[in-house]
Formats: sequence, C-alpha cells, structure tokens
Amino acid sequence: MNPVRKRRLIVTLVIVAAVGIATAISVFALQQTMTYLYSPSEVIAGKAPADGVFRLGGIVAEGSVHKVSGTLQTDFVLTDRFENIPVKYTGILPDLFRVGQSTITTGRMQNGTFIATKVLAKHDATYMPPQVAQAIAKAKEEHRIPSGKLPPPQAGEGSTKHPAVIRP
Amino acid sequence: MTPELGQLALILALILSALQCVLPLTGAWKNSRPLMATGRSLAAGQFVFVALAFGILAWAFWINDFSVAYVAQNSNLTLPWYYRLAAVWGAHEGSLLLWMLILNLWTVALVALGGKLPEAFFARVIGVLGFVSFGFLLYMVTTSNPFVRILPAPPNGADLNPVLQDPGLTFHPPLLYMGYVGFSVAFAFAIASLLGGELKATWVRWARPWTNVAWGFLTVGIVAGSAWAYYELGWGGWWFWDPVENASFMPWLIGAALIHAQAITDKRGGLRAWTLLLSIFGFAFSLLGTFLVRSGLLTSVHAFAFAPTRGLFILVYLGVVIGGSLLLYALRAPKVTGGQPFALASRETLMVVGNLMLTVACAMVLLGTLYPLVGEALNIGRISVGPPYFGPLFLLLMTPLVLAMPFGPLSRWGKADLKVWARALVKIVALAVAAGIIGFVVGARSFYQLLGITASVWVMAGVALFAIKRWREAPAGKRYPFEMVGMMLAHFGVGVFIAGAILTRSMSVEQDVSMRPGSSVEVGAYAFQFRGVSETKGPNWLAEQGSVSITRDGKPVVVLHPQKRTYAGGQVQTEAAIQAGIFRDLYVSLGDRIGDGAWSLRVYDKPFVRWIWAGGILMMLGSFTVVLDRRFRLKRAVEPETTHAKPEPAPPGKLADDHA
Repeated sequence: MNPVRKRRLIVTLVIVAAVGIATAISVFALQQTMTYLYSPSEVIAGKAPADGVFRLGGIVAEGSVHKVSGTLQTDFVLTDRFENIPVKYTGILPDLFRVGQSTITTGRMQNGTFIATKVLAKHDATYMPPQVAQAIAKAKEEHRIPSGKLPPPQAGEGSTKHPAVIRP
Repeated sequence: MTPELGQLALILALILSALQCVLPLTGAWKNSRPLMATGRSLAAGQFVFVALAFGILAWAFWINDFSVAYVAQNSNLTLPWYYRLAAVWGAHEGSLLLWMLILNLWTVALVALGGKLPEAFFARVIGVLGFVSFGFLLYMVTTSNPFVRILPAPPNGADLNPVLQDPGLTFHPPLLYMGYVGFSVAFAFAIASLLGGELKATWVRWARPWTNVAWGFLTVGIVAGSAWAYYELGWGGWWFWDPVENASFMPWLIGAALIHAQAITDKRGGLRAWTLLLSIFGFAFSLLGTFLVRSGLLTSVHAFAFAPTRGLFILVYLGVVIGGSLLLYALRAPKVTGGQPFALASRETLMVVGNLMLTVACAMVLLGTLYPLVGEALNIGRISVGPPYFGPLFLLLMTPLVLAMPFGPLSRWGKADLKVWARALVKIVALAVAAGIIGFVVGARSFYQLLGITASVWVMAGVALFAIKRWREAPAGKRYPFEMVGMMLAHFGVGVFIAGAILTRSMSVEQDVSMRPGSSVEVGAYAFQFRGVSETKGPNWLAEQGSVSITRDGKPVVVLHPQKRTYAGGQVQTEAAIQAGIFRDLYVSLGDRIGDGAWSLRVYDKPFVRWIWAGGILMMLGSFTVVLDRRFRLKRAVEPETTHAKPEPAPPGKLADDHA
C-alpha cells in the first residue's frame, strides 16, 4: 500500500470510528436523559411513569392557584378539561404563569400530587405549545367528545366557561 | 397609502430577485457578457426596493399607523421611539424583512468589492444569491406580508412583547442575522464553483474575509442573546440548550470549522471538497436556524403562533436549497480535489481534528434538537431533550479540541516536528499545573474550579507560546500580521470563555428566598437585606420596585432595585437588578408578593459570569481582525483579470492550483 493510500485509510478509519462512537454515545445519552410529556388524562390512565421524572402539560385551572402564605410554595391544578392533577411547586413562578395559561411542568408524582421542580410558561400570551394543544386534542378524542360540544380550550380565555373540578 | 407602496416595493423586489437569479446564471451558461453584467444592477435595484419597504414599515411604526396589522400587534402609543423602531423586527414578518435587507446589503457589498473576480464565476455567485433572495421574498409576499391592513384601525396597539423591550434584544436579531446571512456568501461561492466545475484556491481566499465577518457577527449576536437571557428572563442562567439557542449555535459551530477549513484550502490548496461541503452546511444551518425559530415547530421561549402554510413553504424551500446543493456537490465535488499532501503529524491534521469535533458537536446538537420532532412524527411520544443530554456530550466532544488547540498554531504545515510538540507540551503542562496550584492556594477547592483554571490556562499558554515563537523567529515588522493577531485574539477568547463557563458553573450561589422588609439572607460572602417594595413608573409601565442593600463584612457594597413591571398591554415582566463586576455579578430578581408584606426573591452570587461574554467578544474581535490582513487585500488587487481574452466555460475537472 502506498503512503498516500495508507494515510487516507488511517484518516478515514479514524473519522468513521469517531463518528460511530459519537453517534453511539449520543443515542445512549438521549435515551437516558429525555423526558416525556403527558396530559393529566394520560397520568390518570396510568400511562406516566409511577416514580420517574416526566413533564406534565396542561392549563392552569381557574380558581386553583393558592400561595401558601410566607413560603415559596404554590399549589395549583393543571387540567386538560377532562382530568385534573394537583401540582405543588416551591420556588419563583415565571411572569406569564397565570390562570388559563398553558403551562409545562417538570417533576414526579407523589401520592397523587405532582411535585414540580420546574414550571415553564410561554412568553406569548396567545400561544399554546403544540404539545399541550395535541395532548388536549388527544384527551378529547379518547373521551369521544364531539368536537362541537366542547371547544378546545384557548389560553387566556375567560374564567367562567369551564369551571374546573378541583381534587381535594 | 404608504403601506401599499411598501407592499408594491416588495413585489417589485421579488421580480428583480427572480431576474437576478435567472439572467446572470443564463449569461454564465451561454457565455453572454451583457447577461452576466445584469446581475450587478439587478442586485442594486432589489436593494433599493427592499430598503424602501423596510423604511416604510419603520415609518409606520414611527407615526403609530395602527391600520397596519403588524404595527398594531407590536407597538403602542406609549412605547418609546427606540423600541418602536426595534419593533420593526420584533415579530415574524418584520424580522423576515430585516433578513432580506441584510441579504441585500451583503449582495451589494459583494458587488461593490467583487470587481476583480472572473466574470462568469461572479455572475454565478450573484445568481445564487438571487435565488436565495427570491425564496425569501416569495415567502414574505405569499405568507408573511408585513403590510396587511386592519380596517377600521384600532385606536391603540397591543404593545411590543415586554421581554423584547430591552437594549440587548434590540441588537440581538440584527447581529444574528448579519451572521446567518453572511454565510450566504461562502455558500454562493461554493455553489458557483460547483456549477462552473472549477475551484481556485484564490477564490477561497477571497471568500475568507466574508466568512470571518459573518462568524464574528454571529458570535456577538449569540453573546447578546445569552446576556439578554441572563438578565431579562430573570433565571440568571446564560445558556439553556433551548432549541432556539441551538438553532443559532449550529451554524456557529459549522462556521468555526469553515473558517479553519478555508484557511487550509487557501494556504495549502487541500481539503477543497470539505471546504465546499462546510460552506453549504454553514448556510443550510443558517436557513434552518431562521426557520426553526419562526416555524413554531419548537417549544421554546421564541415560539410564536403559527400558520401551517408557512411551515409547508419552509419545508419545500429548505428541501430545494439543501437538497439541490448537496446533489450538485455529489455530482461535482470529486472534480475539485487537489492540494498539497500532509503528514499525520501536521498542522493540517490538528485542524482537521478540530473540524471533526466541531461538526460532530453540531450533529449532536442537531440530533438533540430535532429528536423531539421526529419522536412526535413517529408517534413515540412527546419528548423533551435538555441540558443533561447536551451538556456532558458537548464537554466530551470539546475536550480533544481544547487539548489540541495550543499545538495547531505551533506546528508547521505539511509535516510537524514532534520535538517541537514535546517541548511545547512540557511548557503548557507546566503553566497549566502552576495555575492550578496558584488557584488552590488562593482558595479554589472543587474539581470544577481547578478544571476551569487549568483548561483556561492551557489554551492561553498556547497563545502565549505562539506569540513568543513569532517574536523570536519572524523578522521584525512581519512578526504579527493581522491574520495571526486575529487567531491569537480568538483563541485567547476561547480560554477566557472556558474560565467563565466552568467557574460560573462551579462557584455560583443561587437561592430562592421569601423575605419580609428588614430581613436578610447570606449568599456566599455577602449579606442581602430586603428593605421593602415601592411603586415606580416608566414611559409605558408601572412597577413594584424592591430595594435590596448588599453588604460584605458589614461594609455596604451596593443597593439594588429589582422591578416587577406591568406594561400598558397588561403583560408582567420581571427586571432583575445586577451589580456587574469583572470577578462577580450580584443578582437580585423580584418574585411574587406572598402575603404579610413578604416577597419571594431570587438572589445570586455569580462569579466570573462576565468572562463568558468577554470570551465571545474576543472571538468576534479576532475574526474581524483577520479581515484586515494584507493577504486578502494584495491578492484581490493582483488577481489576473483575463475574461475578455478567453471567457471560461472551463471543462469540468480542470483544476487550478495556484496557492502561494
């Protein structure tokens, strides 16, 4: 084998090996670290991991936000208009966190309450994350609700249309 | 009436861009000089009309013309004039117009400075830019017209999104777009070379300053965005691996690789095909970045409400540009190889390693960014990929790059002397270890603190050794040409950035606390005392303003005033208060009222956080400095202009090796 070919072979092998290893590590890391998003209906149906970290997306239910006086703890309810999950969060909430706003929280379930470590609200008040919108649409489908009967909830809509049932 | 003129100007620009694409390319193909020459005037004409449209939109904001829907959505009577102007690019339609304006600026600059390039080649370059411009203008005119009216006009506008009402974000999009669009020049050069079947090393040399300037702008654009996220989002972080941040980071990584690949092709003639490929990918990722942010496909702070027709157009356009380029590359690239061979131990090899790491990092970021979309499409579930994925992998991939970095400039082209490497290694290790020991004595104890110090000094030591080497070996007056000064600045910037990133991560103290007026909290060596909240007023907002006095060992340091603003449109926005310093930032942001006069507050001690952005700014300065090098001026003037003698439809496969 002449030197140029040999050098090319070595370089090619190194590149292939590097890319292969990088891909393997990347895919492994992806599978280790990615978190899934579930709607309250899916959580109630037992689809979410019982004791793992996942994301819960929904709308902050009307009249459910309760700040525990003197502490950083906030209790609220996330709903997809079919099921509700009580959420407990300790920390400072984002500016756009408010009733009727779609929100994604990260955390885990504990005795029927979702203990959130992160709360994400969007910076565009009229915007609903496609994931939440889909989760809500999917929940609707599963409950076989005719689409005319219950319009898909809009972020920021009035608070009296769909009074949410708050679990104790 | 004027907004309709803006609309008309856009349509005229669209027609001109179509001509700018078709005529010069046909001219280059048919070898017709008059057709080739049209490119210049068409580009100039298009610039005039796009600038006119931009001016008209800016004017509509200036006079508060709320009959224009875009103005009504993004402005307000109480919005100060500077934010009214910035609001021009505050949302989807206007930011596309800005993108177009910048593309036209680059094209016009190219026309003004490109007179010395061979005519056919230059005509192809202008034609390719015309195609890019046509796609964007068509997209604007058909799906994203900024001049749509609402009648009757509302008495007042809805206001600019308050998170955008900030100097950092006023400059962030234009700077970022300067970078994105700037990569179109290298892209057009690559496509023109492939179309012509010929690539001269001098053309790559001519493209280099443009790539450097583009990358410099992209760097500072990302820095502006990062700094903005730091103080405006109120979380005190500077990088979140948010999909939209990734969208700007991917072209940055490719751009960094491209700068080095172009240098090799320019100086040694080698790696031509690789340089072409990177040129294509640099711009492809810029397009992807622009559209990912604007498409609404991603869940992030930048995502906005979204119309499906836009998404389809974007997909088709991206498919045509990227697919077409890669097809052309596959057909033609094998014909443009060449250059001088290099040994396994050489400067080229080190630069290739760096290139490889940067591109693999880009691929890794791409995988993580698009995986949720793929997952959703394949119905695997709604997935999110976050910092636990990106952080460790990026660190892993950058380690070989950082380790190799000091040795690149110290090695010779073609074949490096292993003894030089060994001697440099000893010195660099000694300096890094010494810095680590000094750090330990001063008080650095954690692994990450020591890692930050040694890694940063490792890179900086390489720069210092290179400066000494040039001082000793090069003749006086030729020791530090601008190209090398730029390289040293940028590499030093990497060292500064590493120190900032790792030390901030390991030394920050962050606390969310609930405080009553009078109570205080210890954060690091500082005591933060909350004094209470009063009301204050700005041009278009009311705010509750906290007062927090900070002391160290009983001595007063500063009084900070974080605010919780309520804007005219009812949006609430937290304004953090920051005492900035070279060695640390003290950071307070106001949370919510939590009853009994108590408030929730977020207090941070952030050492070395400014170094992160200082490193970025050094990289930008470095890449700008390179442009001043005589290498680029001289060769441009000397380039032989022989098109009139024998115009060149060079047979594909002809190869010109004319590197210095």
